[in-house]
Amino acid sequence: MSSWFVALLGGVLIGLSATALLLFTGRIAGVSGIVNGLTRRSSSADWAWRAAFVAGLAGAGGATMHLLHQATASPARLPVLLLAGVLVGFGTSLGSGCTSGHGVCGLGRFSRRSLVAVLTFMASAIVTVLLTHHLFGT
Amino acid sequence: MKAALAALLCGALFGIGLALARMTDPLVVIGFLDVFGDFDPTLAFVLVGATMTTAVAFHFVLRRARPIVAAQFELPATRTIDLPLILGAAIFGVGWGLAGYCPGPALVGAGAGVPTALLFLPAMIAGGLAHRFVAARYNGKSRPTRISVFRS
Repeated sequence: MSSWFVALLGGVLIGLSATALLLFTGRIAGVSGIVNGLTRRSSSADWAWRAAFVAGLAGAGGATMHLLHQATASPARLPVLLLAGVLVGFGTSLGSGCTSGHGVCGLGRFSRRSLVAVLTFMASAIVTVLLTHHLFGT
Repeated sequence: MKAALAALLCGALFGIGLALARMTDPLVVIGFLDVFGDFDPTLAFVLVGATMTTAVAFHFVLRRARPIVAAQFELPATRTIDLPLILGAAIFGVGWGLAGYCPGPALVGAGAGVPTALLFLPAMIAGGLAHRFVAARYNGKSRPTRISVFRS
């Protein structure tokens, strides 16, 4: 199968997952929001569904990576990798969402806020790659 | 309990989709973002596949009075396009471009035991906590980000 078809199929599975989560639990499948909620004081039922989603994501996703012999690491060096982690955590908390919450779910709800967020993080990520890979070279 | 089981299965499907689509490979992600260089458009199909699915299916789901195993739909309440949204998205994009990880793929990579994902993840959680700490000091309390939506 060509890689674009597998990518499209992967995207459809992600969309179906977000749809099923909304249909069953009434929740938006935004990974940053789900993870952030785990570090917040909340009811045990609220904590349970978040932890279950994360466990399913990391478990089944991790197993699929092994089946596909995928183990590519990030090219970022350790200090940059840790800085990137902090920026992703801080930014998604401040901006109320990431690729899944604003991208997959927000665009699916035709949210103007999410459209602005997606265009903004796409633009800043593209500029970041341009600066680090072409202007300063790594 | 039923909600947790549903969330477990949805999380699993989400993770399988991310790995199949190779969003879990930081080099593929950086290749997608490298529009002025060695551009790899594959991930555009992931976004198209996912948003086409939700755009059609959410419409039907949200016509229901309530979800199957919960009392109500919990949708983001904020409508205004404000500075925190734009600044937060811009900061997130810098981190995404630097490492090639956004939150979902970082969790999947950690689940697979990829060392860079295992290092990225605690830094990401610390970043989220840091924002909440800063926001609490600025506002006196953290901003409410969602309200419950009753549909009957």
